[in-house]
Amino acid sequence: MFQGYFLTILGGAALTLELALLSLLFALVAGLAGASAKLSRSAPLRWLATTYTTVVRGVPDLVMMLLVFYGGQMLVNHVTEYLDVGYFDLNPMVAGVLTIGFIFGAYFAETFRGAFLAVPSGQLEAGAAYGMTRWQVFTRILFPQMLRHALPGLGNNWLVLLKSTAIVSMIGLSDMTWLADQAGRTTREPFLFYLLVCALYLVMTTASSWLLGRLERRYSAGVRSADL
Amino acid sequence: MDSTVITGSLDQYLSGLWLTVHLVTLSCAIGLAAAIPLAVARVSRNPLAYGPVAFYTWFFRGTPMLVQLLLIYYGLGQFAWMQAQWEAANPFWLLFREPYFCALFAFALNTCAYTTEIVAGSMRNVPHGEIEAAKAVGMSRFVMLRRILLPSALRRAIPAYSNEVILMLQGSSIASAITLVDLTGAARNVYSKHFAPFEAFVFAGLIYMALTFALVALFKLAERRWLAHLRAQRVESTAS
Repeated sequence: MFQGYFLTILGGAALTLELALLSLLFALVAGLAGASAKLSRSAPLRWLATTYTTVVRGVPDLVMMLLVFYGGQMLVNHVTEYLDVGYFDLNPMVAGVLTIGFIFGAYFAETFRGAFLAVPSGQLEAGAAYGMTRWQVFTRILFPQMLRHALPGLGNNWLVLLKSTAIVSMIGLSDMTWLADQAGRTTREPFLFYLLVCALYLVMTTASSWLLGRLERRYSAGVRSADL
Repeated sequence: MDSTVITGSLDQYLSGLWLTVHLVTLSCAIGLAAAIPLAVARVSRNPLAYGPVAFYTWFFRGTPMLVQLLLIYYGLGQFAWMQAQWEAANPFWLLFREPYFCALFAFALNTCAYTTEIVAGSMRNVPHGEIEAAKAVGMSRFVMLRRILLPSALRRAIPAYSNEVILMLQGSSIASAITLVDLTGAARNVYSKHFAPFEAFVFAGLIYMALTFALVALFKLAERRWLAHLRAQRVESTAS
């Protein structure tokens, strides 16, 4: 039915997943940094973080990706010329991870900020009263509880992130969307292959939602909820 | 930065902006109009009503809009039946060869799926006191829907819907994947003509940002108009 392209597309799906997970990792780090900057006492840091989240919310991911891919290549060329080292190709995977990570870092920053604020300050004071250091208060009290509040927001953003990986095919990464395009052209059955990509995305998003639901229940253990 | 790159191609950006604006406006309007009856079906207790709608929103919210767009524009031509319609110059099916129509169709289907879930979620959250009151005064199901449930649910959906419209504006940038020259497409053309990625894409990004802020301001006004009753009220002193 797929004329031998099935395994190729599955390989593309693995690449899509790899891209999504690497971007997620980068976005989590950027998000934590952004949230800390937003909550910091230093005004320039807060200002910087607010600019970051505002710009990202206002510019489409594709435009940002094209800027990073083409503009980044130009910057890299200038640097390699200046340093007189060999030509270095900015590959679409790197551009994709950088852009998607940067974009979702801004959304995660908002999520983490809200989650940090949701932990009652009395608990942090209690930790300090027991003689815990700031780091101990962070790892033992603030972080684990923050995670519970952040989980629903993180889950929603992960689903959006997963779907936004498809646009990296527009700068030439051979992810499953790009491969489906190629297979569709050669076999003259584009509908079939795009539908296959849809099915693979549905498997990923549906599995993610299921897993996230379980995680949320796990992290909410010990929290009372009332049945209506 | 070379500002002549931008000033020399302002007309391209303007026509791209125009395409972006009316693609987004039209698809959001169609999507919203279709989402209201679909949301009513979505909250129904009849599986024949909510089942197909749930499947539709699951499919369109679980797959990237880019793939949906490619599926419609490049995919449909695969079928011999469709090709026969095109040969016969059937005016309706010929629309599916137009990139503009395909983008509008895909965007409207996509935003309609999200909007359906937003409105349905909002309908489930209508305070049951309002519904009981409507039943108590003897309203029929339809009258209750028209007078109580929908007005209340649609108002409460405004904040979530404003996010959806902003995401549609950003998402519409993929129209350039099917040869349309929207704002992003214009920026891509300017880039390849002048080989000036920073000027071309930063300028487009700034226009998108301005559009986003305008949308945010517009929805703020809408919230002030239609959600005034939910705003925190100033406490008047009752001591006399």
